[in-house]
Amino acid sequence: MLNHLPILQVILPLLAAPTCLLLKEARLAWAFTTACCMATLAISVMLLLQVIDSGVIVYSLGGWQAPIGIEYRIDSLNAFVMVLVSGLSSAVILAARESVAKEVGADKQVLFYIAYLLCFAGLLGICATGDAFNVFVFLEISSLSAYTLIALGSDRRALWAAYQYLIMGTIGATFILIGIGMIYMMTGTLNMHDLAERLPEAAHTKTVFTAFTFIIIGTCLKLALFPLHLWLPNAYAYSPSIVSAFMAATATKVAVYVLIRFVFSVFGVDFSIDHMPLQQILLVLSLIGIVWVSIVAIYQTNLKKLLAYSSVAQIGYIILGFSVGTVLGLQASLIHLFNHALMKGALFLAIAGVVYRIGGCEFSQLSGIGKKMPWTMAAVVVGGLSLIGVPLTTGFVSKWYLVSALIEAGWWPAVAVVMLGSLLAVIYVWKVVEVAYFGSPEDGYEGAYEVKEAPLSILIPTWMLAASNIYFGIDTRFTSTIGHLASQTLFGAGS
Amino acid sequence: MSLPIIIAPSLALQAALILPLLACIGIWLTRANTNLREGVTLASSGVLFLFILQIYAAFTSGMPVEVVWGEILPGLKIAFKLEALGMIFALVASMLWIVTSIYSIGYMRGNNEKNQTRFFMLFPLAISAALGIAFSANLLTLFVFYEIMTLSTFPLVTHKGNKKAMHSGRIYLGVLIGSSVGLLLPAIIWTWSITGTTDFVAGGILRGHISGPALTVLALMFILGIGKAATMPMHRWLPAAMVAPTPVSALLHAVAVVKAGVFSVVKIVVYIFGIDFLASAPSVEWLMYLAGFTTVMASLVALRQQNLKKRLAYSTISQLSYIVLGTLILAPLSIIGAALHIVMHAFGKITLFFAAGSIYTASKKTEISQLDGIGRRMPWTMGAFTIGAISMIGLPPAAGFISKWYLLMGGFQASLTFPIVVIVISTLLNTAYFVPIIYAAFFKPENPDALIKPHGEAPIAIVIALTFTAAMTIALFLFPGIPFELASQIQLK
Amino acid sequence: MAYLAQYNYWVVVVLMMIGLYVVVSHGNLVKKLMGLSIFQTSVFILYISMGKVDGGTAPILEEGISVYSNPLPHVLILTAIVVGVATMALGLALVVRIKEAYGSIEEGDIQEKDKQSC
Repeated sequence: MLNHLPILQVILPLLAAPTCLLLKEARLAWAFTTACCMATLAISVMLLLQVIDSGVIVYSLGGWQAPIGIEYRIDSLNAFVMVLVSGLSSAVILAARESVAKEVGADKQVLFYIAYLLCFAGLLGICATGDAFNVFVFLEISSLSAYTLIALGSDRRALWAAYQYLIMGTIGATFILIGIGMIYMMTGTLNMHDLAERLPEAAHTKTVFTAFTFIIIGTCLKLALFPLHLWLPNAYAYSPSIVSAFMAATATKVAVYVLIRFVFSVFGVDFSIDHMPLQQILLVLSLIGIVWVSIVAIYQTNLKKLLAYSSVAQIGYIILGFSVGTVLGLQASLIHLFNHALMKGALFLAIAGVVYRIGGCEFSQLSGIGKKMPWTMAAVVVGGLSLIGVPLTTGFVSKWYLVSALIEAGWWPAVAVVMLGSLLAVIYVWKVVEVAYFGSPEDGYEGAYEVKEAPLSILIPTWMLAASNIYFGIDTRFTSTIGHLASQTLFGAGS
Repeated sequence: MSLPIIIAPSLALQAALILPLLACIGIWLTRANTNLREGVTLASSGVLFLFILQIYAAFTSGMPVEVVWGEILPGLKIAFKLEALGMIFALVASMLWIVTSIYSIGYMRGNNEKNQTRFFMLFPLAISAALGIAFSANLLTLFVFYEIMTLSTFPLVTHKGNKKAMHSGRIYLGVLIGSSVGLLLPAIIWTWSITGTTDFVAGGILRGHISGPALTVLALMFILGIGKAATMPMHRWLPAAMVAPTPVSALLHAVAVVKAGVFSVVKIVVYIFGIDFLASAPSVEWLMYLAGFTTVMASLVALRQQNLKKRLAYSTISQLSYIVLGTLILAPLSIIGAALHIVMHAFGKITLFFAAGSIYTASKKTEISQLDGIGRRMPWTMGAFTIGAISMIGLPPAAGFISKWYLLMGGFQASLTFPIVVIVISTLLNTAYFVPIIYAAFFKPENPDALIKPHGEAPIAIVIALTFTAAMTIALFLFPGIPFELASQIQLK
Repeated sequence: MAYLAQYNYWVVVVLMMIGLYVVVSHGNLVKKLMGLSIFQTSVFILYISMGKVDGGTAPILEEGISVYSNPLPHVLILTAIVVGVATMALGLALVVRIKEAYGSIEEGDIQEKDKQSC
């Protein structure tokens, strides 16, 4: 049984999805989905422990050995990302029942959980697999279900956002497909491990350069790196709140994983950083992105949209650490990957609570909400402080690693930009705090006086995530150890 | 005089950090009964002072006290360690908390302020942060408590909740968070990345790791990054913070917050750079010029302020820069002067703020022009104000004289004329902006149009508090023993 | 003439560009999807033509035949075609819903209506 864990955790949600269809009742579907997410979380934690304990796990699908069969290969990097994805998905789904019941039509709720499970399965599949083509397939599974989830938003703009995301996402995925095709052409294999061995021989051909470019652009579209982020703000803002939380915490993170996997494991550090100008391009884009998108975030009047833009800016930090091209830089990236998922998970879940009570999150509706929903808004403040990078929150840890990586590399201007980004974060977070705590309920929404605290079923998961923002800000052993281990492995494998 | 050590000093230290947090909870629990709530405040401030005295006893007996709370990042600990400079700061902050507690009860009730529970809850948080800074064993711990202090004092600044308070709150937070995240944090990380440690070590840790212009840049990053020290151009937050209720201005913006700033500057210069090593930095005298410039400029601006609290705020900026200036003279005597000035200025300035709040509570007057003849109605208040002002100017028999003396001596020791000139000019300016107030209060006839309501002396709690601090200002002139001994124990090598 | 030797790639590139151009330039949502479909199809052709081996036949074990085309890309692209069909179905379903909600499938009109409702 233990040997089959790598596949089990992908299969479990994948099989659970159609099973859900048999459960006509939304409550049952929710309970089932939650149980499934929890089980997956347990599996991924076991996998991570196994990897830490005994190194890389290789699993051949159906007993067919690579390169003929498909191989799942779990190392410290994807085990880490899988724990992140399944952990956050579990926390989000815990909060989902009442929020979904309110925001999604009664006839579509079961379908919602099915799409959720499919998307979840896709994300885990991307992480687990060691086969390049399989990445594409799982990417499309998760994307197609994500478009559906977004389109379930009650606002009609959700449809338009989903459509835009569908077009952009499909182009991105197809780019990845082209890239994979080209490297297959040059090497005759799709197994990532074999690719890593054979690619250096063909490294100087134009085909490999082109393939590399296609894959990078495709993944950057998926992870919403500035300026390829245009699909993201609307998609987050108009989808059901639970979906915003789920997507923000997991989907872009997995896309970052794909980027790291291709750049470091498949193409190798030597090729990606020494032969291609990847470092410079990503550096410039992430720096511009951090500043520009943070400024755009400041001007938003919808809380979800503000956080969506902030997500794009935070992705800039992740990519920045990555583009330093050192062990410390990659470690900073991985730590921020994890920490940012915690922050945005907590923030979007808190917003789910707000939307549950007042039906929206325009600033005009939020005036004085801090007094009506003290616990929910306190979670927003914790998440916000973490975004800024205040000490004792996860954001501080991320920033510490990122800045030390930049200083180590001597990239002083980038240090300045990171700090500028933090200051801009202060402004947009404080905008929310001012509205919530210093606005008076009279200028807000008419029913504001009757607003109560969010239901416990939403509040508890929100605070689980908010508390973990503080916990992982104080006890950083987990993130820094795994981050270090993973980035060392990646650099070791590349050289 | 030696005190008996009853509690293990490391325990007392942790208790001193945690007690204010318990007080915070206690105040919240007793929010329904205001007398009980104020009782909690007073009791906890008293007990806290006892703890600090215990720590002081341990310190004088030479016991090393070190506490480690945990490791945030590998090699980076939240840790506390006792040393002379921190001891001074902790003693001052905890002693003045008691006085301010008495005062704020009189003030908050006298003015019927709203949200008093929130007010009393946040105060201990800020004190806890101040103690955390005082006892910090490394830069990371210092930074953590520094930020906690900024965030916990923000709601105190915006206490009134109106447009003006919000606007000031933005400046407050913008400057303090901006400078600390934008300059202090990178400076800390830089230090860490070149030395591999952030511990405060006698003689500094940077020697041999950095040299040339980079050293000066790092020093500048630290000095401007510590926005709480209000060195120009990072001073804007302090006048803005004056919208806060007066007890906040008194304890936080004359003692805890600003002193946390200059304390950090002294500590970093002495224990991270090491004064000899920093003296080797090229053009380091420009940092001193910056501090001198702030001293003089802030005094000039103070001269033009018509609002009493604003004038006191600019006076604070100017006095804080004495401390920064004294530190940057980089002579042993001037360091003693700087450390002493932390104490002396604290008592003098809190007296002045108490007096300003007392005037406001009794008469609702805030402008200097309204104060003609007020000395006859409020003799205690204005008497205390006079003592505070004398201390600011630096005349005997007030405490400010002693610290100014050492600052001047430090200037001579380092054979620098610039600081001496600055101190002389600034003393003249201090005289120019304080003496007219005192003169008007006691000798000018009262203008009946300026009278908002008939009044006498302020509530008794306020009078007790300001009389005590005024008396302390004189007492510290007569018996400067404890602070002086502590200041001369700062390990420079 | 060497450029024409690998004419299959030229076909792929031309189709790809046509597809992308349609996606970018057309305001009609259905036309955009058509462009997307052409774009995807070009990639299918890329894979399929990649698997062809000169003189090779279908990969069926038969006496006397030793040169086979590579079947793997063809199998892969079957999956990709399924994905493409699913994408198209979802996209069209979204367009139907958009038509119901906005009363139009022109990008310009939709953005106009969103602005008004703000």
